[in-house]
Formats: sequence, structure tokens, C-alpha cells
Amino acid sequence: MKRYKWAVPTLYIFFLMLPIYWLLNMSFKTTNEILGSFTLWPQKFTFENYITIFTDPVWYSGYINSLSYVMFNTAISVTVALPAAYAFSRYRFMGDKHLFFWLLTNRMAPPAVFALPFFQLYSAVNLFDTYIAVALAHALFNVPLAVWILEGFMSGVPKELDETAFVDGYSFPRFFLKIFIPAILAGIGVAAFFTFMFSWVELLLAKTLTAVDAKPIAAVMTRTASSSGYELGLLAAAGSLTIIPGAVVIYFVRNYIAKGFALGRV
Amino acid sequence: MSQKIAHPKAWLFVLPVVLLVAFNAIIPLMTVVNYSVQETFGNNLFFWEGVRWFQDVLRSERYQASLMRQLTFTGIILLIEIPLGVAIALSMPRKGPWVSVCLVLMALPLLIPWNVVGAMWNIFSLPDIGLLGRTLNGLGFDYDYTQGPLAAWFTVILMDVWHWTSLVVLLAYAGLSSIPQPYYHAAKIDGASTWAIIRYIELPKMKRVLAIAILLRFMDSFMIYTEPFVLTGGGPGNTTTFLSIDLVKVALGQFDLGPAAAMSLIYFLIILLLSWLFYTLIMRNEQQ
Repeated sequence: MKRYKWAVPTLYIFFLMLPIYWLLNMSFKTTNEILGSFTLWPQKFTFENYITIFTDPVWYSGYINSLSYVMFNTAISVTVALPAAYAFSRYRFMGDKHLFFWLLTNRMAPPAVFALPFFQLYSAVNLFDTYIAVALAHALFNVPLAVWILEGFMSGVPKELDETAFVDGYSFPRFFLKIFIPAILAGIGVAAFFTFMFSWVELLLAKTLTAVDAKPIAAVMTRTASSSGYELGLLAAAGSLTIIPGAVVIYFVRNYIAKGFALGRV
Repeated sequence: MSQKIAHPKAWLFVLPVVLLVAFNAIIPLMTVVNYSVQETFGNNLFFWEGVRWFQDVLRSERYQASLMRQLTFTGIILLIEIPLGVAIALSMPRKGPWVSVCLVLMALPLLIPWNVVGAMWNIFSLPDIGLLGRTLNGLGFDYDYTQGPLAAWFTVILMDVWHWTSLVVLLAYAGLSSIPQPYYHAAKIDGASTWAIIRYIELPKMKRVLAIAILLRFMDSFMIYTEPFVLTGGGPGNTTTFLSIDLVKVALGQFDLGPAAAMSLIYFLIILLLSWLFYTLIMRNEQQ
């Protein structure tokens, strides 16, 4: 039985790759081929769908908008979560446990519940249809997540590190930036990975909070799918391109993913 | 962990997080509460309605049906994804170059935008030009997810298994990698069987991460919206209309603010209650 153990993950990965392969397959086909026949690989290989996306501003600005709010969200989530996670891991203060649980409840909030009030709130503060609105809205579930992960990593760092530094005469900000942050760099990487991930994949809030200027790529895709009929090739190409940022990010944190889950109590 | 210093100024460290999350959580939640007890006919005119919307929603067959569908869906995917994820994690290599390859490839579905997941499965399952649909029909099944409720459920569940089993695998694998080598040596010396190692060493060590996996999968599957919406649009009929899809229909589609708000609050309370139950169970287990 042991000799065939590798078959389980192999079959699973094969299953995972099938729909992705089918998407790529479609993206290199012409519309005629897609609708006219059933082929396992493109008979007339074409880059036309990708060329359309890279030359039409409606399409490529969708990618730029998505990446803007995702990166802005990752930056603010991790930045505000750092001191908070430090306080939760090192200090005892009034209401700390309740506060921690309250933060986590926001990770449980269904975006569908918040869609309409968010629309009104961000319209009221004149941020509707900007990437800032989406980035701030995604902070609702990403900040608690970042605090949770970072707190786990920080609790793994021995307290003696802080105490020695203070004895050596470091001020708090200098200690935090020069000694503490380098010590939990892996944790920051893992937290950034998860905040990036959840902001990148979310669509309901991103779509509700944007109209024209800040439209995310996912929303451009749904519009195309419904308005211009059966442009499956174009849709497949756009979908394939959305896989790339995720793949790049996974590649960079591949050695930390498993560790991050264990330490960070995700 | 036990000797934390009491430090009243620690609140200053937490303040940015509290302000940011409160802005996003409390103001919208109050808006929802406000709508849930009032009736409006537009023009910003509101009338007090008390608990009428809550009574309506709790009595409505439509809401009960969506809730039942949601519970069935969450139950099925938990029953499939948790054992499958553990089985895959157990059979993964523990070291060597293949570990990274496996982890990167398995994590891939987690990072695909949810609407792309829906669109991808839409294309993959089309009865005439999709690989899955074509194959199933070729094998003699009458498969069309836009027509048959059973086919629609099958596709939505298969899609969720494809999308999220990797999360369980990653968590379970993290739990396994934290088992020290000496445990295995000791088991070998005692002549323990493979099953005994799984039962008495590996499963207990995975208990905590598995609890987290169940909690995360429960919460996220209970909020599922985009993937089934893109794939089936909640159809055929209403057969795959889960809670979030129903809620968005009422709130943004029909703009029935009162019922939508009451429905939102009940929905959120159900998730909170069940998650709190899980959370306390996990914490109690950890303390033992």
C-alpha cells in the first residue's frame, strides 16, 4: 500500500488541473472553433483573445483597478494589524479577550449582508467608485485575519527578545522596527499572503462599490459575459490571466504556507 | 502566554484596528438594524414597523427553503472535504522537492477569483462543449446543469470540493509537519501498524488544525455567493438559491429594505451563534 501512496496526491492534482486546462484551452481557440466543434486542444491556435485584452483599455484597466485595491488593502491591513497583534500577544488590558473575539466576528460577516449598507456608507463619504473604498471595505474581514495570524507568530517569539532590547537602551519604535519586525518577517509574509488572497478573490463588495472608474477585472468579465453574448474565448483568456497574480504570490511564500498555517492559527 | 504584562496603554496599539473595523462594521450594522424595524415608500420617508419584518421573514417559506438548502449544502461539502483533505494530507510526501510542487499546485484554486471559478466550471461543465459535460453525456448520463436540479447540485458541490479541499489539505498537512520525528521512531520500535500510527499519533496531533478547518469551511460555505451565482444563477428554478443569493435578490434586486435587513440580521446571528459554538468547543479542547 505504501508504494502507491503517491497516487493519491497525483490524482488529486490531476483533478485540480482539469478545469484550469479547459479554461486555457478555450482561451487559445477562435470563437468559431469553440462553438463549432469539440476539441481537446486548439486546432487553430490563436492569441487574438489575449491581444484584445491587452489593447482594450476597458479590459486592461480592470486588472490595474483590481491590483490597486488589493495591494492598498494588503498594505493597510498588515500595517494596522502589526501594533495590535503585538498588544494582544504581549500585554493584558481591559477587554482584550472580548475585543479579540469581536474582531473575529467580522471575519464571519457575510459580504451579502454588508453590500447595501456599504454602498450607502461609501457614497455618503464620497469614496464610491474609487479603489480606496474597496480596499477599506475589504479591511472588514482582512484586518481581523491579519491580527489573528500575526498574533500567533508573535507569541512564538520569546519575550526575552523584547526585554534584552529594552535593557540595551532601545526605544520602543526603534526596537519594533529594527529588531522585532525582522524577527517575524515570515509571519508578515504569511499575513500578507492571506490578505492579498482574500481581497483578490472577493467580488460581491468590489462590484457593489464600483461603477466605472474603479471597476475590477472580475466585474468587467461578468458584464462581458452578459452583454456581448457568447464571447467564451475572450472570457476564458481574461479568466486565465487572473490566475497569474495568485500563482506568483504562492510561489514566493511556498516555503511558509504550511508553517504559517501551523503557527499562525489561521 | 501566561505572564502577560498588564498595560493600560496597550489600547493605543489596538486603536487603529478598532477604528478601521468599527467604521466598517458598526455603521453598516446600525444601518441594517435601522432598516429592519421600519417601512419605507421611497423619498427617505420611514415609518416604524417594530418586529413585523422579523415575523414575516421567520414565517416565510421562501426563507426557510433557502436556509434548508444552505444547511444541506454546508453539511454535504463538510462531509466530503474534511475526510478527503485529511486522506490527501496523510499520503503527501513529508520531505523532498515534491513537497513544494504539491503545495503550490494545490494552493492554486484558492487564489482564483470566485467569479472566475464559477465561469471556469460553467465552461467546463457545458453539456455540448465542456469537458465534464461532454464526458458525462458520452457515458450515458443525461447531464445538463441548467435543466436538471440534480445535475446542478452535483456541479455546485463538485466545484466547491475542487475549490476548497486544498485548504483542508494545507491545514492538515501543517498539523502533520509539526509532529516530531522521535514519535515515529518510537512507533516503529513498538511495531505499530500504519493504521495505529494514523489513529494514535497523527489524528490527535491534527485535532486543533482540523477544528480550525471545520470552522473556516463552515463559515465560508455558509456565506457562499459568487461561485454558484455565476455557475447556475441560483437555478434551475430556485434549486441552488442559497442564503446569500436570496438575500442579494431581495436587497439589491427588489430593494425591499425592511425584509432584506431583517433577513440579514437573522442570517448573521445564525453564523455567529454556530461559529461561537465551534469556537468555545475548540478552546475547551485546547485547555484540556
